[in-house]
Amino acid sequence: MTEVALQAVDLVRRIEGDVSHTLVNGIDLAVNKGEFVAITGPSGSGKSSLLYLLGLLDAPSEGEIMICGQPTSKLSESERADVRLTKCGFVFQFHFLLPEFTSLDNVLLPMRAAGVMAEGAMRERGLALLGSLGLAEHANKRPNQLSGGQRQRVAIARALANRPEIIVADEPTGALDTKSTEQVFSILRDIADNGQTVIVVTHDPALAARADRRVHIVDGKIAEITERGGAELVSPSIAPCEISHA
Amino acid sequence: MKLIFNIAWTHVSTRVRQTLVGMAGVSMGVGFTIMMAGLMQGSQLDFLRQLVDTMPHITIEDERRSVPTQPAEQEYGAVQMADIANVSKRPGIKYPETVMNSLRSWIPGDVAPSAKTTAIINHGGARIGITLTGIDPRREVQVSKLASQMREGKIDDLSRAPNGIIMGEALAEKLGVKAGDTVLLIGGQGIQLNSTVAGLYRSGMKRVDESQIYSLMGPAQVMMGQNGVVNQLRLRLNDPMLAQKVAAQVEAQTGYKSVSWQEANADLLSSFTVRDFIVLTVMGAMLLTSSFATYNIISTITHEKRQDIAIMKSLGMREYAVRRIFIIEAAIIGIVGILFGWVLGYLLCYGWSKITIFSPLTGTTTPISIHYSAMHYVVVGAISLLCCAGAAYFPARKATRVHPVEIIRGAS
Ligand SMILES: Nc1ncnc2c1ncn2[C@@H]1O[C@H](COP(=O)(O)OP(=O)(O)OP(=O)(O)O)[C@@H](O)[C@H]1O
Ligand SMILES: [Mg+2]
Repeated sequence: MTEVALQAVDLVRRIEGDVSHTLVNGIDLAVNKGEFVAITGPSGSGKSSLLYLLGLLDAPSEGEIMICGQPTSKLSESERADVRLTKCGFVFQFHFLLPEFTSLDNVLLPMRAAGVMAEGAMRERGLALLGSLGLAEHANKRPNQLSGGQRQRVAIARALANRPEIIVADEPTGALDTKSTEQVFSILRDIADNGQTVIVVTHDPALAARADRRVHIVDGKIAEITERGGAELVSPSIAPCEISHA
Repeated sequence: MKLIFNIAWTHVSTRVRQTLVGMAGVSMGVGFTIMMAGLMQGSQLDFLRQLVDTMPHITIEDERRSVPTQPAEQEYGAVQMADIANVSKRPGIKYPETVMNSLRSWIPGDVAPSAKTTAIINHGGARIGITLTGIDPRREVQVSKLASQMREGKIDDLSRAPNGIIMGEALAEKLGVKAGDTVLLIGGQGIQLNSTVAGLYRSGMKRVDESQIYSLMGPAQVMMGQNGVVNQLRLRLNDPMLAQKVAAQVEAQTGYKSVSWQEANADLLSSFTVRDFIVLTVMGAMLLTSSFATYNIISTITHEKRQDIAIMKSLGMREYAVRRIFIIEAAIIGIVGILFGWVLGYLLCYGWSKITIFSPLTGTTTPISIHYSAMHYVVVGAISLLCCAGAAYFPARKATRVHPVEIIRGAS
């Protein structure tokens, strides 16, 4: 029996206001530890919105997210921040590195914010992470001295800094060339193979095919789930409201 | 905390020009405020010193503050007397030597007797009303600075000249008399006395210099028509600030009206309060204004750093921790600005103290008096730091409140 790292139960995210909008409309999803899940779907289908919810960056209007079995819907904003700090790692299309700091300092940021490790141990881990992503000689460069692919790898190293349970990545290769895209995906694949859970939003079907599972979203609902090897678990012909709460 | 400080330092140190402008703003606010405080308190203390030097600290008069209770009232509880004139039948303080001895035993200072009356001074057709105070030269030195205020002659010369008097230079000038000249004093009861100007003094207080004349006790008592009367005791205290308290005690003990210099100058002192209020308001406004540069910088930085704020929050840093970054930035600007402001303030005060002004009133050139006080530096610094923190808090709060998703969505 595989361990469930993250479970979403009937997730709904609504925006109230002048233009009320349902971004995520009743999603049930369980992701196992060490699993690599790709989320695909047309633009505006709610992929990013779902990812923000899964990474506790945003709070659902309804439903529950359990991280390692812990419910999170009752947590306050700062308690969710604490969970993010240690349990979730984020990678976005834009790298969001602090421009005045070196690669190493950027990677050290989450560790320093958590403040549990000694400075020496943090640096050691930071350098090891950068080294494992092929950035050993770029540790002391600032973001504007790096290529797009290198920046994105620094961002991945930063996401991994506190050994989070779950890595969520929103189109991490969206702005990269083919070679860098390949590199970043191999890294994410390796992370999952090492036992961390990876959830990545991508537009690239070839890349999505390399995930353990592909979740296709349309209009804020799961339209289709495909296991690696091609087995279709949910057929698009089934109306979304009838999707079983597996 | 180290991380937060590190980020804050990076933000300010990579914006040298903006940071310097902010620091300069704070420095100028602090510097000029300290200068104003020094000038204001300097001139005020200067004035008070003059006042305190010129006047007796406490004057005991031979009158009572309220009508004494009448024998009938003392005898019968139901009796109440009204419309009784507050005039004692016999002027003068009873047994002045006994009173003085008893006072000397406990007051922190000294006491001297005097006989005070009003008269008209007549010279060459000019008639000017004056106050004549008969003094005892030996004891006078214990209670007034008259000896050191003498410009011509000495207090002791009073006993050498016939009916000698000492008058202010200002009055002498007005009358056109010199030391050695004779003037005519006319008392209230028509008593006339030919007096010799034995000396001239200058207290620096125009009011005093133009109307206060000193003589020995004898001539003053003659002018009053009351031989041997002492109608005033004047006290000088080691600490003039105690005057109000001591005056109340003296009055309770002797029953005579005892007026502290503060009470005698209540009108002047209350005008100080108004002046203080105005100046303090201006100083506060200056400090507040000087922190606007800081407000501007923190607003700019928080705006430029929206993405950094978003990512720090999304990584799991608490909102208040992120906010603290910007407060620390303002504190860095504030503290450095205040340090330079202190130096600037000191230099400005020093510069002012080198300037001398000519007073047509006293005819002297005196340096502008500046009061140096560590308290000015501490208080002005603290207020300025508070203003800076406030100037940073509001933009920082606004910027760090933003939900990271909003910014991440916008940037992707
Ligand atoms: N603050 C908001 N107010 C109203 N509608 C919003 C808001 N944020 C997002 N939306 C809408 O919600 C929908 C889902 O957005 P989301 O960013 O999740 O889509 P996506 O699947 O990630 O698209 P893409 O592939 O283009 O990144 C979109 O139609 C978007 O316009
Ligand atoms: Mg998206």
